[in-house]
Amino acid sequence: MTPMLRPRAPTDDHPLTKLVLSLVAVGFIALFLLMPLVTVFWEALAQGMDSAIAALREPDALSAIQLSFTVAAIAVPCNALFGLAAAWCVTKFDFIGKNLLVTLIDIPFSVSPVVSGLVYMLIFGLQGWLGQDLRDHGIKIVFALPGIVLATIFVTFPFVARELIPLMSEQGRDEEEAAVSLGASGWSTLRRVTLPNIKWALLYGVLLCNARAMGEFGAVSVVSGHIRGLTDTMPLHVEVLYNDYQYAAAFAVAALLALLALVTLGIKSLLEWQFAGEIAATHSH
Amino acid sequence: MPGFGFSLGVTLFYLSALVLIPLAALIIRPWEMGFDGFWAAVTTPRVLAALKLSFGAAAIAAAINSVFGLIVAWVLVRYRFPGRKFIDAFVDLPFALPTAVAGIALSALYAPNGWIGAPLAKLGIKVAFTPTGVLVALIFIGLPFVVRTLEPVLADLSRDAEEAAATLGATRLQSFRRVILPSLLPTLLTGTAMAFARGVGEYGSVIFIAGNLPGVSEIAPLMIIIKLQEYDYAGAAAIGVVMLGASFVFLFALNALQAWSASRR
Amino acid sequence: MRKLAIFAAALSLCGAAHAADVSLLNVSYDPTRELYKDINAAFAAQWKQKTGDTLTVNMSHNGSGASSRAVIDGLDADVVTLALAYDIDAIADKAKLLPSNWQKRLPQNSTPYTSTVVFLVRKGNPWHIKDWPDLVRPGVHVVTPNPKTSGGARWSYLAAWAYAEKKPGGSWEKAKQFIAELYRHVPVLDTGARGSTTTFAQRGIGDVLLSWENEAHLALKEAGGDKFEIVYPSNSILAEPPVAVVDKNADRHGTRKVAEAYLQFLYSKEAQEIEAKDFYRPRDKDILAAHARDFPNIPLYSIDDVFGGWTKAQQVHFSDGGVFDQIYKPGQ
Repeated sequence: MTPMLRPRAPTDDHPLTKLVLSLVAVGFIALFLLMPLVTVFWEALAQGMDSAIAALREPDALSAIQLSFTVAAIAVPCNALFGLAAAWCVTKFDFIGKNLLVTLIDIPFSVSPVVSGLVYMLIFGLQGWLGQDLRDHGIKIVFALPGIVLATIFVTFPFVARELIPLMSEQGRDEEEAAVSLGASGWSTLRRVTLPNIKWALLYGVLLCNARAMGEFGAVSVVSGHIRGLTDTMPLHVEVLYNDYQYAAAFAVAALLALLALVTLGIKSLLEWQFAGEIAATHSH
Repeated sequence: MPGFGFSLGVTLFYLSALVLIPLAALIIRPWEMGFDGFWAAVTTPRVLAALKLSFGAAAIAAAINSVFGLIVAWVLVRYRFPGRKFIDAFVDLPFALPTAVAGIALSALYAPNGWIGAPLAKLGIKVAFTPTGVLVALIFIGLPFVVRTLEPVLADLSRDAEEAAATLGATRLQSFRRVILPSLLPTLLTGTAMAFARGVGEYGSVIFIAGNLPGVSEIAPLMIIIKLQEYDYAGAAAIGVVMLGASFVFLFALNALQAWSASRR
Repeated sequence: MRKLAIFAAALSLCGAAHAADVSLLNVSYDPTRELYKDINAAFAAQWKQKTGDTLTVNMSHNGSGASSRAVIDGLDADVVTLALAYDIDAIADKAKLLPSNWQKRLPQNSTPYTSTVVFLVRKGNPWHIKDWPDLVRPGVHVVTPNPKTSGGARWSYLAAWAYAEKKPGGSWEKAKQFIAELYRHVPVLDTGARGSTTTFAQRGIGDVLLSWENEAHLALKEAGGDKFEIVYPSNSILAEPPVAVVDKNADRHGTRKVAEAYLQFLYSKEAQEIEAKDFYRPRDKDILAAHARDFPNIPLYSIDDVFGGWTKAQQVHFSDGGVFDQIYKPGQ
């Protein structure tokens, strides 16, 4: 029997169904995901490659790029270490209130970014709880790097923990218990046994955390103060340019962010294809 | 096993310092104007309209995403065609692309002089700077939540039941409705709920395309910013508390849903 | 030879290290972006020549009310250059960062340049909008920002009010009715003047934009001159956007001297010329006369004459429960 004439398996869809559904799926993705992405690059290059690059070499753009990287470089490791501690504590031990703890860790994920910025304003703003004391001691939180980092940490808080918890609870405690019974200390158990098991999932979580940290807009916008060249991150700089009638420049910076997003997607897919088994089975963010 | 005290300590400290205490500051703030003041602040027509839009548009976008997300997940899991892996990877774009970038891109695309906006404008349909624009942004933001939640479950779905249904003479549509959909339903709901939760609070991608007309296309997070700019901290915090309360309720419902879907697998 | 060049470069670097690097933060309102870009460059050059110090003036722009709020919340401004006196009063009042008599410290109400409110309409003026009453004709859509957050919007509101109250047969009650009617024609209330300009110019919403004179000229220039027209109404308001040193911040930073010099500079011939070029009405009579073509002479009411000063105007019109809250019902 030639493949052409082979009857369809009963669980296979009719070829026409296949065609229609595939077209709908691809069309939907093209319309809602691909077109916006193409628009970014198209508008960025509307006045030529040179002017796009010039927009990125503006001092304010450079400082925004630097600020975004600095913020991510602080926020992401903090959340990675926290995620590791939280996952260890939640998956290796049983205690009362564990479910509540897991829920609490998830909170920032469902809080509006604007609210995340607002809460730090209420504490560290000059009219907030600690504002005056901080100013008396010459400490700047909001409208400066620390506030931007705090808001970013809040928004990206659960990313690493959420990747690690399902994987580590799936892996169980046997290996660690064996290591400890053989006399290994807690730290060397973590380093020699646990980390090798979860390294790809950890990397995966860090990657998502980093993408969000570099791109956060709402929360950072509330605490930044919008001082050009000082407290404007890349996404805020996009907004500034957009409001200054500099559309091509705004899209040039946006295109840089889009490129970073594509790189993130590339590494992410690579991790998924190579180490699918070593990253938790379900990826829900 | 060692490390319980240390890891729990670190977790609790970090969680309290960065999330719980700040949220407490938010929750305490609006009550300085009393319950009546709080109630008055969140029930002005403009705030109500903003809340309605944020929740309503998020719900509609989530519903649209549940249909198309299911189709996308189905096609990506069940069918084999060239470029499938790339499309699969591409679905995550909204997770990786900064929301402000999505915002200006969608705004340029759907503005009356944009690639999609211009032909639609000829048909008399306005998207950018209307509530429909809000919807478009939330569809963009929410799609991967549905697809990514469904894919692993769909891949694990055993085909035995489908085969049995087919042997018993069910059409494909019947076996989809009676066999496949029921077993996917909890997961589909979970993914839809996550898309909804994200959509309610979304800010960056929406404000550029919404037009921000008071009472028409102004979303709740923007209302918080406007209240702040009017020196009305308590009012801003009040709206924040309402949104926070909603997300708490939602989070618990979501966890219950996940427990339910786990028990059904 | 090459060594010598390196040596010279190293020497000049040492020299640069001797002169201090100073920075100022100027927190301003939306439409001054272009103005202060030019002013800062000119002043930094002058300051460098005078003192040898390298001055960087950092800028933060937002709606005037939003900027004022940020300074109250701790944004570390050395100087504020806002759209109206009340927003600086609020900083003096709520955060006590400068004395309440700040407006007496510099000449002319602490306002080196003035502006007014004009109409920006689409090319050919299809709705034939000539004066204030034309704004409330059926079908006309008016774009103006939110008076609660934007300074320009407050000036626009007061300009419309002054027209309706002061015209023959006008009264306070009639002005209130006119304003209520006017805001029924407003489909979008952005938080700042720049947002409104973008809404009108880029998004094509509305038939007329109530705008700062300078913002209207800028929109005209950006759009290439063939998309919009500026219409001057029969009368408008004298908008005075004031400037002030934020004493406590400047003293803490040790920047009072340069901050004061910066604001003084705004009154100099050189700066007045820049202001005129960026479409702000300079205080200097000669420079104003030289640019008379850009600044048609229409009758302008002052806020003191019609409203009894900013404190009173703010309280009556824009405070919670004030006239604006009474007349503005969104979504209707």
